[in-house]
Amino acid sequence: MDKDAPKRAARRRFLRAAGSAAAALAGGPALAGNLKNLPPNVPEWTRALGDGVAVRPYGKPSKHEAHVVRRDVQWLTASRESSVSFTPLHELDGIITPNGLCFERHHGGIAEIDPEDYRLIVHGLVERELIFTLADLKRFPRVNRIHFLECAANSGMEWRGAQLNGCQYTHGMVHCVEYTGVPLRVLLAEAGVKPNAKWLLAEGADSAAMSRSIPLAKAMDDCLVAYRMNGEMLRPEQGYPARLVVPGWEGNVWVKWLRRLKLGDEPWFAREETSKYTDLMADGKARQFTFVMDAKSVITSPSPQAPLRQKGFTVISGLAWSGRGKITRVDVSLDGGKNWREAKIDGLVLDKACVRFYAETEWTGGEMLLQSRAIDETGYVQPTKSELRKIRGVNSIYHNNGIQTWLVKPNGEVENVEVS
Amino acid sequence: MAAPQDEVWSVWLRSLLAALALFGLVTTALAADRKLGIGRTASPHEIAGWDIDVRPDGQGLPPGRGSVKEGEALYVGKCAACHGEFGESAGRWPQVAGGAGSLKSSDPVKTVGSYFAHLSTVIDYVRRAMPFGDAQSLTEDELYAVVAYTLFLNDIVDENFVLSRETFDRVKMPNAGGFHDDDRETAEKAFWNPQPCMTDCKPEVRITGRARVIDVTPDDKAIRRSVD
Ligand code: HEC
Repeated sequence: MDKDAPKRAARRRFLRAAGSAAAALAGGPALAGNLKNLPPNVPEWTRALGDGVAVRPYGKPSKHEAHVVRRDVQWLTASRESSVSFTPLHELDGIITPNGLCFERHHGGIAEIDPEDYRLIVHGLVERELIFTLADLKRFPRVNRIHFLECAANSGMEWRGAQLNGCQYTHGMVHCVEYTGVPLRVLLAEAGVKPNAKWLLAEGADSAAMSRSIPLAKAMDDCLVAYRMNGEMLRPEQGYPARLVVPGWEGNVWVKWLRRLKLGDEPWFAREETSKYTDLMADGKARQFTFVMDAKSVITSPSPQAPLRQKGFTVISGLAWSGRGKITRVDVSLDGGKNWREAKIDGLVLDKACVRFYAETEWTGGEMLLQSRAIDETGYVQPTKSELRKIRGVNSIYHNNGIQTWLVKPNGEVENVEVS
Repeated sequence: MAAPQDEVWSVWLRSLLAALALFGLVTTALAADRKLGIGRTASPHEIAGWDIDVRPDGQGLPPGRGSVKEGEALYVGKCAACHGEFGESAGRWPQVAGGAGSLKSSDPVKTVGSYFAHLSTVIDYVRRAMPFGDAQSLTEDELYAVVAYTLFLNDIVDENFVLSRETFDRVKMPNAGGFHDDDRETAEKAFWNPQPCMTDCKPEVRITGRARVIDVTPDDKAIRRSVD
């Protein structure tokens, strides 16, 4: 038997689903729905009582939004325990990602930790080796910070060319959340860092015991040990009950299910900072410790999963972020990067957080080649994909922050393309 | 001229403000420098059970030893189902052997032999995460044996090799010189551009690639490797 057959079938199913969604939406104005609910008729939900309070003790989105979910691409990985699911960016607006939609990346599945049995050990080059309970962590002075988290492999499938049709798949390994937690600096001060300590090993309690080395300067700067996201306790898949927050740096160092912090005088060269999360260049050498996520942006609507349905006034909407600081400007092009104009940033502009941008246009039904270009406060300008490839080749996998192009066709359908 | 009462009032106000400022300082200092007395001392026994990391300089290597020969049976029983009898991968699981000389090619194959720079990384990783689904189940001798066998599959050691703390330094990883630190700020300096082009930035715009052709290219393996 052809052992690749199921993979190919899965891939065809995925493509069919993506294709038919686009085609159905492109057919003109939305279908009328149920006439019984439309004026002058009085719909059912107006005549009958609905569910009372506390019938839904933990509220969920409307059943009509059931399609707004994380998705994976099953043929990408051998097992779901070491895999990724993507944030449906095309269905979201503003800058905050709802907790249940934050993309997942695990190396050994989700650790289900009993908060009573949670422990964090701080040891190595410290004056006093300490062990904390979750209740201990919550007693420390705490801060609230909004930051994006992007997986270094976000857009990794696109190095060799346009591959996946949908910003959920091309850019959905990013989310932006408000964290509550202890500044790592305060936690480490409690143990007393010895002067010869230069690096910190952070280790998870999951079945991969995921570990990464972090320079002490970063740990003492803006990192947190967080236990809340968007006000509530971390979701299990985001590291409940405590994770590291490493603002602006690749998601892999934001160790989830954090169980151990060890101070040392040199890095550990863990598997996730050598075999993975190193960037292979065209000359066969690889960059290591490429922590910072460079400025990046993507138009989330319209996009392949969010086609245009109406001619006339149209708001183009997208997200931008930079690991080097604040986003200062986002430019949008409708003609594949020949001409640019400044987009409008609406809402909060924060250090190492997502911003939401809009560009308004009058869509006449002609073809458009949409692009966005982020600029951050260090003056870094998001490069084109060919500028990136010229320096890095196409084997790098990680840190693809090249400018994305969406082709909007006259029927409103949108396709992931690359341009000269 | 200010009345005496005002004078008294302002002195009082000044000292109140000073007291408040002092109070403020005290609370800040409390959070930043002083020990808060939260948590308790971790015992060496508690730490030992979780302290599993191994560094390139050998720090953290456990006691024990394991030979290529002992490793073979263990590898076949505990690893080969996923990684393949020769480390070539069974199905879509990671390949752990082979790929020598492929890093510059259009199809780089990263394995213990072709890519890993440090032996400590293999020991550290297998110790913490393998076998996948039965993590931290290997004894220290088994750990050494199975890593020794993985090295053998990569032609890094011969069939008589025994891996231990003592022999650790003798192993030369083929790609040890294959890495350099992040150099984006110099190699990619051009991306810091104070005057990005706004109008007529290129003569023509051609579509050079489309996602819709994914049906024929590329093959699944290339995509899977890309997401690792
Ligand atoms: C059930 C399948 C399975 C078994 C059995 C298994 N592994 Fe793995 N192995 C994996 C997966 C999956 C990964 C990658 C995990 C990830 O993505 O983080 C991996 C990764 C590795 C790696 C790192 C590869 C790289 O290039 O980074 C090594 C080395 C390894 N395994 C060795 C072993 C050894 C030795 C054993 C036996 C003791 C073993 N594995 C048993 C599935 C398995």
